Amino acid sequence: MPLLRIEGVTKRFGNFTAVNQLSLDIRAGEFFALLGPSGCGKTTLLRMLAGFETPDEGRLLLAGRDIAQVMPHERPVNMMFQNYALFPHLSVRDNIAFGLRRAGMARGEIAARVAEMVALVKLEGMEKRKPDQLSGGQRQRVALARSLARRPQVLLLDEPLAALDKKLRESTQAELMELQRRLGMTFIIVTHDQEEAMTMASRIGVMDTGRLAQVATPRDLYEAPASRWVAEFVGDVNLFEGQVISREQGRLKVTTREAGIITVTEPRQPVTKEIVTVAIRPEKIKLSRRGLASSADALQAINRFEGEVAEINYLGGLTAYRIRLDNGAVVRSVMANTARLDVDGYGSSERVAAWFAPDDGVVLEQ
Amino acid sequence: MAHTVNRLSRFNMTALALGLAFLYLPIVILVIFSFNASRLVNVWGGWSLRWYIEFFNDRAMLEAAWMSLRVAAVSATFATLLGTLAAIGLARGERFAGRALFSGMLYSPLVMPEVISGLSLLLLFVALNAERGFWTVTIAHTTLTMCFVTVVVQSRLASLDRSLEEAAMDLGCNPVKAFLMVTLPLIIPAIVAGWMLAFTLSLDDVVIASFTTGPGSATLPIRIYSEVRLGVKPEINAICTLVIALIAMLIVAASFASKLSSSQGESAAPL
Repeated sequence: MPLLRIEGVTKRFGNFTAVNQLSLDIRAGEFFALLGPSGCGKTTLLRMLAGFETPDEGRLLLAGRDIAQVMPHERPVNMMFQNYALFPHLSVRDNIAFGLRRAGMARGEIAARVAEMVALVKLEGMEKRKPDQLSGGQRQRVALARSLARRPQVLLLDEPLAALDKKLRESTQAELMELQRRLGMTFIIVTHDQEEAMTMASRIGVMDTGRLAQVATPRDLYEAPASRWVAEFVGDVNLFEGQVISREQGRLKVTTREAGIITVTEPRQPVTKEIVTVAIRPEKIKLSRRGLASSADALQAINRFEGEVAEINYLGGLTAYRIRLDNGAVVRSVMANTARLDVDGYGSSERVAAWFAPDDGVVLEQ
Repeated sequence: MAHTVNRLSRFNMTALALGLAFLYLPIVILVIFSFNASRLVNVWGGWSLRWYIEFFNDRAMLEAAWMSLRVAAVSATFATLLGTLAAIGLARGERFAGRALFSGMLYSPLVMPEVISGLSLLLLFVALNAERGFWTVTIAHTTLTMCFVTVVVQSRLASLDRSLEEAAMDLGCNPVKAFLMVTLPLIIPAIVAGWMLAFTLSLDDVVIASFTTGPGSATLPIRIYSEVRLGVKPEINAICTLVIALIAMLIVAASFASKLSSSQGESAAPL
């Protein structure tokens, strides 16, 4: 039995269906991320878990008990708000103690728990400050401490790092993961930042127009997307649509308009459709100099296309190329800059061969 | 460049001085003449507190002043209660049917000519056969000033983040408690400012008060108005100076209160 079971939940606002027949199981101790573009319903789902919205249909089972109609203040769930929602008239200490006082805890116990929380988020010495006397990062910590203080069964985090700058966001990500591991608590985070979801979560649910498009580990989400939409939403991808013309020895041949015939490994789930899409991540597409066609890798490659470099974007650790193939299609390729000196780099308009292994293409049926 | 700025600012200074003089010179003259020893309003006879003493010995005037203060305090309190509730209903309530109509009607006293409000209230009190006096004026002033309180409180509520109340509920408050523990402490300065605004509006109203008051319960502005028709006594200057002082203090206090309210957080309410 999972800790939290979401069963066929639907939420409508007038004619707009924000969450549509959504079902999802979340296990105890998981760090789960809801990822999706804005307006996909991820925040609405989180707010239903917190109790600020009531589902129109379906059940929310927390440890076996349906909490769909339970008021927010009666749920063993706490939320960390996107803008932190710190009480501006209360000090850091009173903000953290707020939920404990409502729970009717004894005075001494409250003081001990507040001290513990302050230490947990490394805010010692700030207890008497008001929220407007804190920096953004410190406010974020107070909000975290406040939502953790009641030791909720599930902690909901609504875009908790969106307001922080990049450096601070990265260090806070690490701290959140460390904290979650140490407390063994169940975290559900809502984010539109896929890197953030990939970094922190053990599983990710990708949402699109009120439904879950895919629930998977970060690696599966990236390497084995379930649909074109997921493949395009998570990371960069080259997509080739075409018709299956043969299947032999676990290999599928697909004839595509843009790139001719592509050979890919047949997925475990047998392909049933005639028209499929082959997705290849840019870093899986390797480049070779045309003159170096004797390169062992390039010779072994079955999927090999000739073309010229159309665009070069140097990104520091990586360089992204756009290659215009001779048949007109444009493919993207990303190569790691493994050497400091650009002796092996490709120049603009240089003739190159782009190739990838059959294992690196993903066959998508939808 | 700096030269132009300088010249411009000199022009601005002159404009400011003239503007202020236009607005405040009559009041300054009134205040100075309230300390006039002469019996004639327009002849300076040296400094004196004579007319203040005269005022404090004038029973009728003192009664009118006391009446005005009572009406202002009671009506401001009612207006604040009702106006705050209306503001909460408008800012926080669900979208109920007739919400737009309600908010439009609520603000109508802001634009309605006072003569019309006064006359309609008079007709109402006559129809109800209510004895006109302290309570009729108080009720009339409550209806007049309530919308001002609503405007002040509603704008404060609108600028408050709704997730604050949600956070309070998330941390174990029921909706009523969330309002009392979080929202109320944050809007108290606006409520106080609204009360003071209502108080001053009630204190200097002549039109509505003269429609709704009865014999023997004149408010101070009505009393002053009827005295002035028989010729200006320097005593009036003294009374007006006192009223100006009172209102100035309230306005300064109200603006401090709303400044506190907007810089939120300073208005610490102990848990």
